[in-house]
Amino acid sequence: MSFSFADVDSVRKGLSDVQYLADEGIAGVVYLAERLQKPVLVEGPAGTGKTQLAKSVAEATGARLIRLQCYEGLDESKALYEWNYKKQLLRIQAERQGENPEGDGMWQQIEDDLFSEEFLLTRPLLEAIRAAEPVVLLIDEVDRVEIETEALLLEILSDYQVSIPELGTVAASQIPLVFLTSNNTRELSEALKRRCLFLHIDYPDLDREKEIVLAKVPGVGESLADQVARIVRSVRQIELKKAPSVSETLDWARTLVLLGVEHIDADTAAETVNILLKYRSDIEKALKEFASSDEEFAVPAAAS
Amino acid sequence: MKVEPATSPLLALLAGFISELRAAGLPVSLTENLDAMEAIQHIPIEDRDAFKYALAATLVKNHAHWRAFETVFEVYFSLRGAEYDLVDGEWPEGMDLSDFVDGMDGRQRSQGGGGGEAMSAEQLADMLFQALMRGDDALMRAIARQAVQRYAGMEPGRPVGGTYYLYRTLRNLDLDGVLERLMGQARQDAPEQLTPLEERLERDEFEARIDQLRKEVEAEIRRRLVADRGVEAMAKTLRKPLPEDVDFMHASREEMMALRRAIYPLTRKLAVRLARKRRHGRKGPLDFRSTMRHSLSYGGVPAEPKFRYPRPAKPEIMVVADVSGSVAAFARFTLHLVYAISNQFSKVRSFVFIDGLDEVTSFFEGVDDIGEAVHRVNAEADVVWVDGHSDYGHAFEVFWERYGRDVGPKTTVMVLGDARNNYHASQAWILKEVEHRARKVFWLNPEPGAYWDTGDSIVSEYGVHCDGVFEVRNLRQLEGFVENLV
Ligand SMILES: Nc1ncnc2c1ncn2[C@@H]1O[C@H](COP(=O)(O)OP(=O)(O)O)[C@@H](O)[C@H]1O
Ligand SMILES: [Mg+2]
Repeated sequence: MSFSFADVDSVRKGLSDVQYLADEGIAGVVYLAERLQKPVLVEGPAGTGKTQLAKSVAEATGARLIRLQCYEGLDESKALYEWNYKKQLLRIQAERQGENPEGDGMWQQIEDDLFSEEFLLTRPLLEAIRAAEPVVLLIDEVDRVEIETEALLLEILSDYQVSIPELGTVAASQIPLVFLTSNNTRELSEALKRRCLFLHIDYPDLDREKEIVLAKVPGVGESLADQVARIVRSVRQIELKKAPSVSETLDWARTLVLLGVEHIDADTAAETVNILLKYRSDIEKALKEFASSDEEFAVPAAAS
Repeated sequence: MKVEPATSPLLALLAGFISELRAAGLPVSLTENLDAMEAIQHIPIEDRDAFKYALAATLVKNHAHWRAFETVFEVYFSLRGAEYDLVDGEWPEGMDLSDFVDGMDGRQRSQGGGGGEAMSAEQLADMLFQALMRGDDALMRAIARQAVQRYAGMEPGRPVGGTYYLYRTLRNLDLDGVLERLMGQARQDAPEQLTPLEERLERDEFEARIDQLRKEVEAEIRRRLVADRGVEAMAKTLRKPLPEDVDFMHASREEMMALRRAIYPLTRKLAVRLARKRRHGRKGPLDFRSTMRHSLSYGGVPAEPKFRYPRPAKPEIMVVADVSGSVAAFARFTLHLVYAISNQFSKVRSFVFIDGLDEVTSFFEGVDDIGEAVHRVNAEADVVWVDGHSDYGHAFEVFWERYGRDVGPKTTVMVLGDARNNYHASQAWILKEVEHRARKVFWLNPEPGAYWDTGDSIVSEYGVHCDGVFEVRNLRQLEGFVENLV
């Protein structure tokens, strides 16, 4: 068995080569996931790089990315596999039209045919299991499916196989690296959590956020990236309905670059803050917070 | 699978660590235990952060439990560090505090006093200032160790908690004063006068560094305490309830902040869960008649089964909350939760009282920040009548007189409070009247059941007129109650 990453540090290095800035925790869990062959459940606020992590791991390891986007009402036929009824019907019709000399044995034959590979529609989970090449399987926003639907995932997550009653069990020829993401809108089942390694991704710290901005925003200078990261950090300290996420930091930085801003002063910040914050009440709160010149402190200290 | 007896010292350490996690209330299953054992074969313990995350990834599947995990981790792996070459808080390679003293002001250092002992308090303070100014992590760590050694006054076997030593150390460092000096310096160094925005950013940066220093000091104290008392004893001393189990009435400032952070995701979760419940619980039993009626258009074949959609009328909620002293936090969280799911009710009205009573429904109308509204309630509602000590009897009188006629068969009334009436008249008859008119009357009490009806608590006197009296001491119980309310 060969591994993509020699140690935790090479995970970090590999990811940063594809513009994903991981901290020690993220890198450690990714490394562990490959070694233990366990899925990773990634949880945290929206826009903190959960989905991107899976994509970047695929890119860094040269694996194929297969994605299952979850939504309410997702079912087996969309997640695992489905029989191609149309094709099956056509097949039956074709049989009928052609003469069918021997009755009974023939039907048995047809039935076997109908539930063979040829009529199987492969959906992301099955596809990930059957792929011959290395795969990263991303099960995105798993908290959006009903808790009962989670059961569909369990067999794959623990045994890397899918049971199809008509065909038998399909086992993986290579173990895919699996990432599940959750925005935590509901508690996931214990059964699912038990099968996964757990990774909470929070807002990045100052240095990492600055690096992300530098990596992702073309044309941004060191100093602007630094200011952006600092202001965002301060904004996140205010109690807000929705704190700015990394996506919003990036959008803001891009806008500032477009506007040709090099130094963010209070006016620039006020004019562009709507990119960073989405709720009116949050914007008002932030503006108030940053505009208030605290008399006591604003006076330059006398030289001592 | 069979668990191998812990053979290596590392596995023994892990076993102790896991049983402490369990003692702290974290649910660790057997599978997870085995995963952790396997994980540490792959991540070297010297790689401290990765090691910590590897353990967390296998053992902690709920982010709210992270702090509890971290505390236990720090205790278990702080001392054993040296044993396993896990050194943090170590002097940076080849560094000596006195070198800094030299480098800083060129003063001659006293000979023979290697390390920090020879330094005066002023020198240490000066160095602290420089370290914070430059954001020099290694130096900050070294200073933290020095400061603890010098100021904490730790003696072996002394039965005092870590907070005491922390307090002593920090008091001597005067971090508030240092912050102002740092700000002063920043202003001086700036080419122009700092704008308020720049002020704010500078301040936040320095505060972050000071926070880092504080953590270093805590870590050092913890290390020494563990060395003195042993891992198990320390882990036990530091054991804290999980956020969902923190008692509203006795939450420390820090716990209160954790609770306030927890309330937003909790309300969101609850709202989503309830919305789903409603959508899915919609199909009722087969409506035979309607199915037959529709079957006529299919030539009598009941092709399209019809279901009865139960449409229970949404209840109207009236929350009547004691907001005095120790129960205020409880009222705040409850109001927050109730309003977060207010679309589950046809109407929510809220009233707060101490010895007077005031309707505060309007505070919540058209706001999109419930937290803010709750805050306003506390600041602006007119709830004091005579002396600002809870008087349930009088509050109920006012309620009855002004709003009693609004209580109807669709109304669910929730009374929040500890029923400590300061020996005033109970006026329990009012609650009896309310119960007659209302759909349901519930009482939520943030006190442990064992204290009910002791001292001036008269919860049973009121309770006989309620459809239920519930102990609601923490978020877990509150969430459960509110969910069932719908
Ligand atoms: N650590 C990171 N390194 C690089 N880019 C990041 C990082 N974290 C977040 N991003 C960027 O932020 C944006 C949002 O990330 P995404 O993965 O969609 O968030 P999530 O799935 O957590 O909601 C993407 O553009 C992503 O590239
Ligand atoms: Mg995503």
